[in-house]
Amino acid sequence: MRFSLEPRVSAPIWLNLALPVAAVAASMILCGGLIALAGANPVSAYAIMLKSALGGRNQIAETLVKAAPMILTGLAAVVAFRAKFWNIGAEGQLLAGAMAAVFIGTQPGLPTWSLVPLMLLASIAAGALCAAVPALLKQELKVDETICTLLLNFIILYAMMALLSGPWKDPVSGWADSPNIRMDAEFPILLHRTRLHLGILLAAVAAAAVWILFKKTTLGFGIDAVGENPRAAMHAGLNVKRLILVAAMTSGALAGLAGAGEVGGVQYQVLASISQGYGYSGLVVATLARLHPAGVIPAAVFLAAITVGADEMSRQTGVPVYLADVIQGIALLCMLIALIFIRYRVRIRVRAAA
Amino acid sequence: MAILDQILQIGFFAAMIRLAVPLLLGTLGEMFSERAGILNLGIEGIITLSAIAGFLVAYQTGNLWLAVLASALVGMVLGLVTGVLVVTLGLDQTVAGLGMTITCTGLAYFIYKLVFGAGGTPPSIEPFKTIALPFLSDIPFVGPVLFDQYALSYLAFILVPLTAFYLRHTPGGLSLRTAGENPLTAASAGVSVAKTRYKALMISGALMGLAGAFLNLAVFNSFSLGLVAGRGWICLALVVLGRWRPLPCALAALLFGGVEALQLRLQSSGFIDIPYPVFLMMPFLITLIAMMMVSRRVHAPAALLKPFHKEER
Repeated sequence: MRFSLEPRVSAPIWLNLALPVAAVAASMILCGGLIALAGANPVSAYAIMLKSALGGRNQIAETLVKAAPMILTGLAAVVAFRAKFWNIGAEGQLLAGAMAAVFIGTQPGLPTWSLVPLMLLASIAAGALCAAVPALLKQELKVDETICTLLLNFIILYAMMALLSGPWKDPVSGWADSPNIRMDAEFPILLHRTRLHLGILLAAVAAAAVWILFKKTTLGFGIDAVGENPRAAMHAGLNVKRLILVAAMTSGALAGLAGAGEVGGVQYQVLASISQGYGYSGLVVATLARLHPAGVIPAAVFLAAITVGADEMSRQTGVPVYLADVIQGIALLCMLIALIFIRYRVRIRVRAAA
Repeated sequence: MAILDQILQIGFFAAMIRLAVPLLLGTLGEMFSERAGILNLGIEGIITLSAIAGFLVAYQTGNLWLAVLASALVGMVLGLVTGVLVVTLGLDQTVAGLGMTITCTGLAYFIYKLVFGAGGTPPSIEPFKTIALPFLSDIPFVGPVLFDQYALSYLAFILVPLTAFYLRHTPGGLSLRTAGENPLTAASAGVSVAKTRYKALMISGALMGLAGAFLNLAVFNSFSLGLVAGRGWICLALVVLGRWRPLPCALAALLFGGVEALQLRLQSSGFIDIPYPVFLMMPFLITLIAMMMVSRRVHAPAALLKPFHKEER
């Protein structure tokens, strides 16, 4: 008997939906072993996770609060990866967006009504600028963007920490966190008596915008063409350099917006721990979504549920909270493997004995 | 005063070499896989997970060399896993590598918290001591800098010429280079590209494992969540700066060991009154600037990032 892979033209729709679910399920089954290793019952641990992530109004709100930045960083990865521009820098771009939001949100002179819109604009600009750097360095100096964005994540993180332990340091308490933004700069709460804030709406609007970008506009078509085959795109008369720069900056803008959401809706200031690896989660989200903007929302909500659930599960069972990271990492790998089944059909041939 | 200056300088250069060793091991490891055509983006996670493995063995047994072996073995296994993903399954090397890093880093932190719990003082071990080589270490200045190092440091530096010799003068090295430059040629010469790449990834992982071992068995005496702190990503850049060749890679690692030593020295001197994270940023910023200066003039192995399927011949 022999297995072989045959390329296929198009995959059935059910497969597109089933594969991400299968990948996450496989990851959770594998990680069940880790839960058992930690001395807890995997089934009841997952039950606690489910209940504390989706078991009530407040729980769902918390999951959506975490999902908002993940949707945005997921979209950031979608836009960049569709152009085959490996922007791994969403983490740093998010931090830049958060810093810009605090900068605007603490300005005493600005009129009240302008605070939130200006914070959003500033964070978008900061993220876009931070992503323009690797794009330009790649085009002008041939610097590899994967390495560049990974290095920039650390450069921006330490720049932020320098601000926190220098100019932004609380002169009284000496804490390394920034001043609070003005009350009027805080995002409105969408659901009474929860922390669910404007950010989730922004994320949904951004997802719709990215969907329209790729579905309806020539710009999106151009980005896809560049990602598919840059040489062919160039011969077809597309400005490849400009398209990659635009894709990179759009990607950075989305990640920057996630930073504004964390400042305006959750922390109201910048802390060293403002991003809990949201930039890297975005890579997982985008892969689970198969780089489709609509898929980003369920993928992000799912990962957010795991993150929120793992917190409570860890408190109750003592299983380390880092389980959530392992689930994400393995889900990413499982999804990559699952993608083989979309591109290829598995043929089983029974050969007669020679 | 003059004597004090001299001691400071010896201390500085010895620190530079000590801090260069993990970078050197990681860089050589990454170079191995890239020369065979595989970008090993799992590096940051592989170093972290093999570091905690080594630390656990050292903590439980007190045997440091057993710990080193454990780290290298874990690294090798992780190289093998990477091989399954990117060689056999032909997955995208960038995303699969990052997946390895996310998984391995998460797993390392998970294991650390599981074994040592949350609070209290961080567990520590009795770390490696330096070995002063007889006679050589008595040479003024050079002696204490070069010949009063850890056994693993000597090993790391001996590996540089060995690697260069292996790549240039042995059949194994030739297959490895061909697999990275022109896999089609390698395959038609009867070399199994897949096997060669697996081998390169396992060596790559083992070297990264040694880097992890060195970090918490020699540089520090404990494992912490920020132990690796982006050093893996710096190694990725050092491979480019070293033009994918062992000797220049080693020089690049030494240079950045110097940057790190300088950074630490400036940080603790209190001489310049700027917030300490600025110093932590230095190695990353200088790496990026160096990348900007050399990237136009270097060429990666031609088949890097390209999966190879026999059927497509």
